[in-house]
Amino acid sequence: MRRLKLVRNIGLGIENLLLHKLRTFLTMLGVVFGVGSVVAMLSVGEGASKEALEQIRKVGSNNIIISSIKSVQEVSQATIHSHMSIYGLTYEDQFRISETFGHVKQVVPVKLVRKDARLGERNLELRIVGTTPAWFELLRRPVVAGRVLRAEDARDLAGVVVLTDFGARKLLAAENTIGQAVRIGGNFYEIIGIVKSEGGMAGSIQMPDEEIDAYIPIEVAKERYGDIILRITAGSNERELVELHKMVIEVDHIDNVESTAKGIEAMLKRFHKKDDYRISVPLALLQQAKATKRTFNIVLGSIAAISLLVGGIGIMNIMLASVTERTREIGIRRAIGAKRRQIISQFLIETVVLSTVGGFVGIGLGLFIPWLITKFAGMPTVVTADSVFLSVGISISVGIVFGLYPAVRAANVDPIIALRHE
Amino acid sequence: MINQADKNEDLVIRLEDVHKIYQMGDQQVNALAGVSTTFSAGGFCAIMGPSGSGKSTMLNLLGCLDRATRGRYILEGTDVSTLDDDALSELRLRHLGFIFQSFNLIPQLTVQRNIELPLYYLGWDSESSAERAVELADKVGLAERLNHRPTELSGGQMQRVAIARALANDPRILLADEPTGNLDTATGEQILQLLAELNEQGKTIIMVTHEPDIAMLARTRLHMRDGLIETIEED
Repeated sequence: MRRLKLVRNIGLGIENLLLHKLRTFLTMLGVVFGVGSVVAMLSVGEGASKEALEQIRKVGSNNIIISSIKSVQEVSQATIHSHMSIYGLTYEDQFRISETFGHVKQVVPVKLVRKDARLGERNLELRIVGTTPAWFELLRRPVVAGRVLRAEDARDLAGVVVLTDFGARKLLAAENTIGQAVRIGGNFYEIIGIVKSEGGMAGSIQMPDEEIDAYIPIEVAKERYGDIILRITAGSNERELVELHKMVIEVDHIDNVESTAKGIEAMLKRFHKKDDYRISVPLALLQQAKATKRTFNIVLGSIAAISLLVGGIGIMNIMLASVTERTREIGIRRAIGAKRRQIISQFLIETVVLSTVGGFVGIGLGLFIPWLITKFAGMPTVVTADSVFLSVGISISVGIVFGLYPAVRAANVDPIIALRHE
Repeated sequence: MINQADKNEDLVIRLEDVHKIYQMGDQQVNALAGVSTTFSAGGFCAIMGPSGSGKSTMLNLLGCLDRATRGRYILEGTDVSTLDDDALSELRLRHLGFIFQSFNLIPQLTVQRNIELPLYYLGWDSESSAERAVELADKVGLAERLNHRPTELSGGQMQRVAIARALANDPRILLADEPTGNLDTATGEQILQLLAELNEQGKTIIMVTHEPDIAMLARTRLHMRDGLIETIEED
């Protein structure tokens, strides 16, 4: 019975709002844009953070990645005269890290060599990644065909290679790949598998794998290519001795990543005279991404809050005008026997209906804008159910907050004066 | 506190030394300066007097739209002077019907909706309200105008709608403030005729007017001056 009465009152409110269609529409616009921007902005923030999370997940949030880099003094020396640069991570480092830190589950060493690959007519420069089978555990990528490296491959010093889908496509086109032999540099390798590759930069994170990777057992890489790389550039022969180009370290638990990374850094500092390595912690990037999202939400949220405030003030303004305009009506209703709270609820229902309908239209707008952003700006957006519920809540609250004052003013009109009001 | 007189069913209203004082800037205006009187059930009383005599204040007070500054007002056994705003609204809703000089219909509502208005606040459902509205519109001769808006009606028709609305809650007392003031003589007479009929059917009618011709229709005439009752004439 009470519910029925509320439904009827809402119906009456809608009827009254429909008497001034244009006015109602214009008043509603404030909330429409306010709510629309809330939903749209949250979706942009959510999309950005989801993309970051996705990238970090691909790098592995439990992983620590150490890369060898040529230190600054090494670069300047090398340009002066022919010189052998010795830098980067060593087998010793790998051993120390895996033995020293209790939280380190495994260390995956990586040797990188760039070589041209040839298969029939086709040609492609590949990045040979000499590594262990654990690489594929730490950086999980879908296996498109065949298999990944196994322990036996290293033991047998087997000339086998796992290509990326990109590399396989470039070299082999549509032919059946698995089992074929490919010449990389001066050596032949049997293709045993194809994995998908994430490839290069993804947003702000450098992925450890690239599209042009060719994975071979690290023992094979050591044997066939050694540790010294000769790089012939214009004017100088540059030789580099780098034992390991990368290490991917898996930590047993996400809570231990930070402390382990700190420990490794301290250790490397002690054993390396030059600053020839870089530690990157995807988890740190995750925290950074979270912080960015927070900032994003605060900034965008404030803008949205301001537009909602403006929308709410717009509603209040119109409702105050409406109260003045309908003073006589209020007087009549009061004379007939309407209580103050009935007048309050009459006006409040009107504002809440106004703001709620505006809110729903705004949600529609808030779904449409992210779609446009994704379609035309290529930015990822995610509209969460939470943001939609939040918006409905906000629009109802806007109606109550900004409708209350005009409604109370309406209820406090003196019926005697109101009845004389023209 | 109920005294002997209130138990008398013939008395619907009793005023005891009622004062109404308005503060107008520095000045105090004694709109009512100690009025004591009674109105009996089923009566038809005209309150007369020049403007500023306090007759409008009197009607507002009787209609529970206003409260006395001092004195007691007993309406159907209830001491109104001590009631709060909600209780006064409740009294208006259940016991009183208003008829105004300028009709005071709500312009955006149809005739039917205007008549139904008190029923809405009484919490009637829409079916019974509609039934009642049709019945009342028929009674005042406007059965065909139910879906019209007040602006599409003549003055006389509007006042009939207002009367139908005043009757919706089936009050014992009808309060009329110059009900014919905005009507031409012929229409005014029809409205007065309608009021007289309602009185015969048992409604107590209290009407403010300054026209002696109209006041002659009432059985009691109460002359006011300077916030006091000067004379009471009875037929």
